[in-house]
Amino acid sequence: MPIIQVENLSKIFGKQAKKATKYLDEGLSKEEILEKTGNTVGVNRASFNVEEGEIFVIMGLSGSGKSTLVRLVNRLIEPTEGSVYIDGQDLAKMDSKSLREVRREKLSMVFQRFALFPHRTILENAEFGLEVQGIDKEERQKKARESLEMVGLGGYINQFPSQLSGGMQQRVGLARALANDPEILLMDEAFSALDPLIRKEMQDELLELQESMQKTILFITHDLDEALRIGDRIALMKDGKIVQIGTPEEILVNPANDYVEKFVEDVDRSKVLTAEHIMKRPETVDIEKHGPRTALERMRKEGLSSIYVTDAKRKLHGYVMADDVAEAVKNDKKDLKDIMRTDILKVEKDTSMAEIFNLIHDAPVPVAVVENDRLQGIIVRGAVIAALAGNEVNLNGIDS
Amino acid sequence: MELIPKIPVAEWVSSFTDWVTDTFEPLFDFIKNDFGDFIEMFAEDWLMNIPIWLFIVVVGVIAFFISGKKLGLTAFSVVGLWFISNQELWEELMNTFTLVIFASLISVVIGVPFGIWMAKSRTVEKILTPILDFMQTMPAFVYLIPAVAFFSIGMVPGVAASVIFATPPTVRFTNLGIRQVSHELIEASDSFGTTNTQKLFKVQLPMAKKTIMAGINQTVMLALSMVVIASMIGAKGLGQTVITGLQRADVGTGFVAGLGIVILAIIIDRFTQNLNTQRGE
Ligand SMILES: Nc1ncnc2c1ncn2[C@@H]1O[C@H](COP(=O)(O)OP(=O)(O)O)[C@@H](O)[C@H]1O
Ligand SMILES: [Mg+2]
Repeated sequence: MPIIQVENLSKIFGKQAKKATKYLDEGLSKEEILEKTGNTVGVNRASFNVEEGEIFVIMGLSGSGKSTLVRLVNRLIEPTEGSVYIDGQDLAKMDSKSLREVRREKLSMVFQRFALFPHRTILENAEFGLEVQGIDKEERQKKARESLEMVGLGGYINQFPSQLSGGMQQRVGLARALANDPEILLMDEAFSALDPLIRKEMQDELLELQESMQKTILFITHDLDEALRIGDRIALMKDGKIVQIGTPEEILVNPANDYVEKFVEDVDRSKVLTAEHIMKRPETVDIEKHGPRTALERMRKEGLSSIYVTDAKRKLHGYVMADDVAEAVKNDKKDLKDIMRTDILKVEKDTSMAEIFNLIHDAPVPVAVVENDRLQGIIVRGAVIAALAGNEVNLNGIDS
Repeated sequence: MELIPKIPVAEWVSSFTDWVTDTFEPLFDFIKNDFGDFIEMFAEDWLMNIPIWLFIVVVGVIAFFISGKKLGLTAFSVVGLWFISNQELWEELMNTFTLVIFASLISVVIGVPFGIWMAKSRTVEKILTPILDFMQTMPAFVYLIPAVAFFSIGMVPGVAASVIFATPPTVRFTNLGIRQVSHELIEASDSFGTTNTQKLFKVQLPMAKKTIMAGINQTVMLALSMVVIASMIGAKGLGQTVITGLQRADVGTGFVAGLGIVILAIIIDRFTQNLNTQRGE
């Protein structure tokens, strides 16, 4: 049995829901209904099943009804029509007590703008769900701590949310949701407010966590790349309606209609993917602070044959090669500038992969991704090839 | 003009007041006597028994710590209180202080629950808002009349009139503070399965604390502003000295007592403001 079953679920915002649903039956569009009744169609007859352990992505443009749909699944919003079954139990038929129990034990939610409680410390935020269940302090704090460790925030438990960066705040949001050990995670654009590098990191981390947790995840996003990366299956929404459900491959290969096709037609990997998508965090040395010895140590530790040289403001100055550095250390030279090379291969964040591929072809060092001359990331040759081969964005099954 | 005779609003209000006085006489008597005794005991047996120097030192020390170890508030409090005692107005100050404390406490105890109720229901908000406007616009003197009818004269009707006049800001700000909590945080709370009570005490009230405290600060200030008016119905304190000054056309006495009220106002205002901190900011 699917863990989440959604059947014919609709939500009309406004006072004339009856009339509006009649118009829906007659096949009127969201716009026409808005004009006739002043009511907004949030979700229009959505049906889907989510299996246990699956990452089910709901994706669509802004205003297509994703947030409404996910809130119908834990009944933060009352449906106008249709049903939601969690573990076979009809959510709509529950009294407020059983509904609370389901929310406490089975469903946890992660929010787009984190929704952390500003007056509570990180630990107090993470233990919130358990506190609400009346679990005693010692035990709930232990669980909350474990949950925070899991997302890498063990050291921040006594800080307040305002002291943390966006990425860290969302880790707290995730830890807070996981502390309850729910069966289902609802994530409403959980990573959309984060900048691209952090977002990608969080996606990776979620996938990693999922390997061991095996939760059921209902993940909302407006970003096709994100949907393709993390979704086992994807549902595409438009104007409150689900227009197609399928694996990433199915959606890319057999778009159900023009709308889906439009959505995915640009997914020619080498064109759609840009430097930003495949870059990774650079190892660097500081031109002012560091000498050849530090550079050598860092390169050894990371197994690199070259390393970029920046200053405190991340402005890119050049790079040094391992051989030169070793030489400099032997001869007891102190200044990186003496051995630094400046023939850098630079690209902007939005440079397409096709271009990068040509550049990187026989480059001895990784390509630097810059913005206003500041180093944002580096691209190694392997990443380009992997992405083009489809591994990185999960596009296997389509020929390029 | 002749078609509609004068509507007997005044008579109605009077007979309503009479009815209330009669019906609730035991309750009013209890409040008047027992609560009145308690207030008197608080002022005369407790506050006035504290040695003046000790009182001043304690206030100074508290001022020092709540103002973040700055000297300004401390110095002002110590010098201000010393000045009042130097003017031989210490007993009056203690009486005024008592009036303000009781009026404020009662206002808060009544005001916060009403504010919560108002925040939980649009209907209640719609009904209470004009009533609160009315309570604040009505000249404060008018409240003396029912207060006297119910509780005769003295401290108790003084406190009662002050409560009516001073409660609205606490109600309003509690309502506002709770309504200001973002929709997303309420959703977060609900999504974890909180009961309404849990949501109120774990999310809404803690987050509204700063706003509620601002309302309480206003309530205390309004209670203090009633001091002179309340003394017209026999509430003891600095206000009475002002009235005496007025009756004898004695500008000096009135001014000094007025100055005492201002000093007390500034101290109370700064104290309540400094106590108003929010976690996590
Ligand atoms: N509380 C509400 N009242 C009225 N209309 C709403 C409400 N919430 C959402 N809507 C409307 O419902 C539609 C779907 O919104 P939403 O679910 O937030 O979309 P998404 O999350 O995909 O951006 C939009 O047209 C939006 O304007
Ligand atoms: Mg949304």
